[in-house]
Amino acid sequence: MVKIIEGFRSDSICLRLSELIAAQTPGPLTIMEVCGGHTAALYRYGIQSFLPPAIRMVSGPGCPVCVSDVRFVDHVIALARLEDVIIATYGDLMRVPGSSSSLEREKAAGADIRTVWSALDATALAKEFPRRRVVFAAIGFETTIPGTAIAVLEAKRLGLDNLFVLSSHKIMPPAMSALIDSGAQIDAYLCPGHVSVVTGSSIYEPIAARYHKPCVISGFEPVDILLSILMIVRQAAEGRSGVEIQYTRAVKPEGNSRAQALIAEVFTPRDDHWRGLGIISQSGMALCDGLRQFDAERELTIEIEEPQATEGCICALILRGGKQPRDCPLYGNMCTPSTPAGACMVSSEGACASAFRYGAL
Amino acid sequence: MKDDVILLNHGSGTGLTTKLVEEVFLSRFRRVQPGVRCDSAIIDCAAGHLAFTTDSFVVRPRFFPGGDIGKLAVCGTVNDLAVSGAVATVLSAAFVIEEGFSVAELGRIADSMAVAASQAGVSIVTGDTKVVEREKADGLFITTSGIGVIEDRYRHIGSAGFVREGDVVLVNGCVGDHGMAVLAMRNDLHMTSAISSDCAPLCGLVKSLLDECGTDVVFMRDATRGGVGTVLCELSQMCDREIFVDESRLPVRGAVRSMCEMFGFDPLFIANEGKMVVVVRPESEKRAFAAMTSHEYGRDTAVIGRVGKATSGGNVTMNTLIGGKRIVIVPQGDQIPRIC
Repeated sequence: MVKIIEGFRSDSICLRLSELIAAQTPGPLTIMEVCGGHTAALYRYGIQSFLPPAIRMVSGPGCPVCVSDVRFVDHVIALARLEDVIIATYGDLMRVPGSSSSLEREKAAGADIRTVWSALDATALAKEFPRRRVVFAAIGFETTIPGTAIAVLEAKRLGLDNLFVLSSHKIMPPAMSALIDSGAQIDAYLCPGHVSVVTGSSIYEPIAARYHKPCVISGFEPVDILLSILMIVRQAAEGRSGVEIQYTRAVKPEGNSRAQALIAEVFTPRDDHWRGLGIISQSGMALCDGLRQFDAERELTIEIEEPQATEGCICALILRGGKQPRDCPLYGNMCTPSTPAGACMVSSEGACASAFRYGAL
Repeated sequence: MKDDVILLNHGSGTGLTTKLVEEVFLSRFRRVQPGVRCDSAIIDCAAGHLAFTTDSFVVRPRFFPGGDIGKLAVCGTVNDLAVSGAVATVLSAAFVIEEGFSVAELGRIADSMAVAASQAGVSIVTGDTKVVEREKADGLFITTSGIGVIEDRYRHIGSAGFVREGDVVLVNGCVGDHGMAVLAMRNDLHMTSAISSDCAPLCGLVKSLLDECGTDVVFMRDATRGGVGTVLCELSQMCDREIFVDESRLPVRGAVRSMCEMFGFDPLFIANEGKMVVVVRPESEKRAFAAMTSHEYGRDTAVIGRVGKATSGGNVTMNTLIGGKRIVIVPQGDQIPRIC
């Protein structure tokens, strides 16, 4: 595995790509890296120092933790306070601030909250504790939705009646369109790699065609990202706006049909709240009608506190690409990874956490 | 933080731990040398100088490839003394044991402590045993304290007071082995790996290094929780200097690197139990390198960076693998695996 990666971290190839990008960039170009994995890689490798000043990278809404609305976090916290409930969730969600608490704090106060590595671990918990209600707090994009689908289908197969999914699952294309509709100044999209492994490349076709924005699906290594930026630069220089795949070793144009079928079998699109972006039509995923017995929203009704926004927090603007982490008055003092005020500071893929952790120069 | 409760992350050995120690303990206990936080306290007495340190050990699983909680408890304290420039002489060991704990397992852990103590040339001379009710402790907690003797000329080593521009930064081998070995053992991961913990007493290696380079060794610190990255940041803060590090020179085993790639972790901040960061004068670089590589716990020693100009508050800059630049900052709490 390491050997495969090494070539994609070659300093000489990166330098060469850097020269080509500088030579071919037609003018100022704002590129949004949609995926949080790309944001983290940009900071970790110091990729900005390989780009000419004309190219401005802005972070997009592709960190699942960051875009989960505070209402969702408050909802999970309220469920965690129920006597017989076990919350199962991915580790990232633990530190996300809700309106007045976080799962990390609820756990310290006695709630039964378990970090799982796979959605199937939640199903296993439901099987192990038949008298408890296990709620899987499901976050993530097309990458993690098939995993949740498998966990639900497995619970159905086992006849479990104590597994519930609280879905904050979201899909990428509606948010990418909504950003441009809302007036965000973006010239091109560096498209998410692992979402595209599942969906294939066609989901970006309408964005490229309707908004005339070059879209390039990128891998996560430095050479991947620089090559993708070069591909964007070439499209821009030639006045083209199409969908291209740089990450060909993982992404096929048609995507993963089995994963797509799982999503369609278990989930159905609905309007959803995105932190910072508001409600986006048909951008969220709810359990479909035949599987509503696993839906925590329907089966476990509970009162949730009124959401409170953190004063001064500009996560919303950062997620829209309008501001950089360092523009925020809270960044680095009121808001750090150990005391996050906003969601962008929590996940390792969040724009603010990446900037903080890898100290952008 | 007076309305707060203790979170698991307060024990991660990173920024949150520092804050807890400073706000709750140091503010109340500190009597001498404000601002200096070293691996051992140095105590002046009639016979010379003593180094004194203590550490508690909680690890799950208790047995892992390359070691166990007993070996850890001895090596951890011996290493805190060794990197302070002291020769460890005696240890204490206190056990908090959960009702129902297997005596045979306790025996195996004690055996392992005896072997490690013998290898390190220390005696375990005093101890304590407490038993708590079932489910009131996670099986077994061990606390060890240690006393060592330190020569006057090495007093500065723990506090980095003599570090200056041009000094060379070394690490005694591959980083991240312990953290990844323990993580791979966790039942819920269903992983098998060939990674073994680097848990080892470093007193022999330190002796070889000091015998060879003497006072040209200006700083040592073992890179346990928080990893080598945290030590580099602490060093830069203690000496108010820039530290430059080359990511490509940092030795990381293939299996550890692969696991880090899978989880989205940075090996720089993964725990070690037999690794230390060493700073030597440039004129001693070759001798230090030779002395360390000829020792069994320093075979993969690498020069990873150098000390730069004075700058208030310190600053660690890394040349990334591809030749980019970034600033190294101590993570706040344990690293979280990525979702996708």
